[in-house]
Amino acid sequence: MITLTGVAASDGIAIGQAFVLEDEDVAIPRWEVPKERVKSEVARFRYALGRTKDEMVAIHNKALKVFGKSHAKLMDAYLLILNDPFISKDVVKIIETTHVNAEFALTQIIDRTIKVMENFEDEYFRDRKYDILDVGHKVLRHLMGHEKKTLQSILEPSVIIAHNLTPTDTMNLKEGLTIGFATNIGGKTSHAALLAQSMTIPAVVGMRDVTSRVRTGDPVIVDGHDGLVIIRPDAATLEKYKADQYRRGEQERRLEDLRDLPAQTTDGHRITLAANIETSDDVKIALNHGAEGIGLFRTEFLFLNRRTSPNEEEQYQSYRQAVRASFPYPVIIRTLDLGGDKLPMLGVSDVSPESNPFLGLRGIRLCLKYPEIFKVQLRAILRASTEGKIKVMYPMVSGLDELRAANAILQEVKSALRGQQVPFDESMEVGMMVEVPSAALMVDILAREVDFFSIGTNDLIQYTLAVDRINENVASLYQPLHLAVLRLIDQTVKAGHNIGNKWVGVCGEMASESDLVPILVGLDIDELSVAPSAVPRVKEVIRSTSYADCSRLTREVMNASSVEAAQRILRLFSSSRLAQQPRPAVS
Amino acid sequence: MVEKTFIINNRLGLHARPASLFVKTTSRFTSSVKIVRDGQEIDGKSIMGLLMLAAGPGTELTIVADGPDENDVLAAVGDLFRRHFDDDIEGD
Repeated sequence: MITLTGVAASDGIAIGQAFVLEDEDVAIPRWEVPKERVKSEVARFRYALGRTKDEMVAIHNKALKVFGKSHAKLMDAYLLILNDPFISKDVVKIIETTHVNAEFALTQIIDRTIKVMENFEDEYFRDRKYDILDVGHKVLRHLMGHEKKTLQSILEPSVIIAHNLTPTDTMNLKEGLTIGFATNIGGKTSHAALLAQSMTIPAVVGMRDVTSRVRTGDPVIVDGHDGLVIIRPDAATLEKYKADQYRRGEQERRLEDLRDLPAQTTDGHRITLAANIETSDDVKIALNHGAEGIGLFRTEFLFLNRRTSPNEEEQYQSYRQAVRASFPYPVIIRTLDLGGDKLPMLGVSDVSPESNPFLGLRGIRLCLKYPEIFKVQLRAILRASTEGKIKVMYPMVSGLDELRAANAILQEVKSALRGQQVPFDESMEVGMMVEVPSAALMVDILAREVDFFSIGTNDLIQYTLAVDRINENVASLYQPLHLAVLRLIDQTVKAGHNIGNKWVGVCGEMASESDLVPILVGLDIDELSVAPSAVPRVKEVIRSTSYADCSRLTREVMNASSVEAAQRILRLFSSSRLAQQPRPAVS
Repeated sequence: MVEKTFIINNRLGLHARPASLFVKTTSRFTSSVKIVRDGQEIDGKSIMGLLMLAAGPGTELTIVADGPDENDVLAAVGDLFRRHFDDDIEGD
């Protein structure tokens, strides 16, 4: 038994076997660049920067989708580092004046920065050096043509042991196979640590040489509370930690009781508060946080990080697991919402790149173009519907024709199942996402053909205001409080309620922004679906305000003379709500 | 050339996100932007420079803008400080 000490980065106890992620320590080459080659050396550096940028934009987009805004913001900082004059100008200057290769010039700049940062007293600022190192390594990899191994080769639940976990690595962590991790470097606020905290998996970082002390397959314990990693623990230690783990489980169950309070305003207006998930494993986490079911099961995760699309059986197992775990609450499964760029992964090879993917083949469009993929998914969903309460919804519907076409395929799949005497829930509700403005404007008509609507505010805002919020030049125009956005939501709710009393939910980020929740309540939204970790906070907001106040607030905000005025009204409302409210026990 | 002095007023100081916000804001303008702290001067459009300042809460920073839209720079930066870099609303 060996006990190693590090920095406790994320609380909890993980007991399992180690998976050591090898990380090549890159040796930085140095050579002289002859005068006539300087230009092409600079070009080589710029090219590597461009490639790194593409890679990071892709990670950024994925981060936004999978982990929400706060992690995406970290990636945002990475992009800024990449664009920093220190990198874009000073490295070039070094190449040009001292005639060294790009790798060496870049390393000089990075080292210089790191040296300054290492001396900071404030831990947070000190830890930012890892961000800069990580960006530097990425550029180096592109310069030197290395591709790093990913965590995809893990097959069973493991404790990840690595030199460092970069955001790129951590994107591959989310498969339910990572029960904890330990890294050589990193501090309490490095990206990996923050991620572990939000995923609530135990982690210890800054262990110096843990990778050289552990072999893949070794039994290990990660004690994220005391910052320890115990390799090949003896029986007594193992017993002690197992007991500790059990005690923690009990504690969590107590929290659960506290979280069982309804999402209800002070004057008794009830909202359904559900959670957004990526994998069926997340259902448990969601319910533990007090969610009343799953308002959005993003099925894309099943399809990503693999070479072929999952077959019906695999999908069925996943949906079945989710709906069982969620019982008696419903699970709303959103059918595949991928862009055309992911088609090769689904076994479709004749794809031409799109110049404007956001306006291209995505969501339901892709499913209608490749109905075989869609049918397999619908079959799997229908089969799982006997196990609990499943609702299905289509993404990116822009009008009646698409909705009808999707419903026709659903009917076709249902008849086939009936023919084969495969049981399914005949009364399964079918809904659609409202994220394209044309759909929002047509809800009165669409409502005749669906059972519910769920507003995807991120896309609705992006399409309504014609703003790509990842584009920093226009990101400030991305305004949830824009009157056009509020009107579309208002109209959607009213039309949905008026035509056959269809319920309307919000599953976009707006639903998890504490300040905006009262407005959604005031707009008469029936259901909010948010990230599991945001459920208690959103519930707290709902429970601390009255429906009457929310309605008044919404009227005022919608009558405001500008977005800025609306923001002022909202800030005032939020601060008075917080002032009135004693600090609640659950947060 | 215009300049104005601000005091860092958000919870954690100019850490990664506020620094990003700062750089994104200053980068919108054509004017050059310098940040001076205790005689140390850095490029106001460089996130690495900003992080190297390690400006915690209470730090005094002088922003110097020079160019055609120099006044807009100071107005936009002033707005960031007024909003506490949006830090306290969301927390993290």
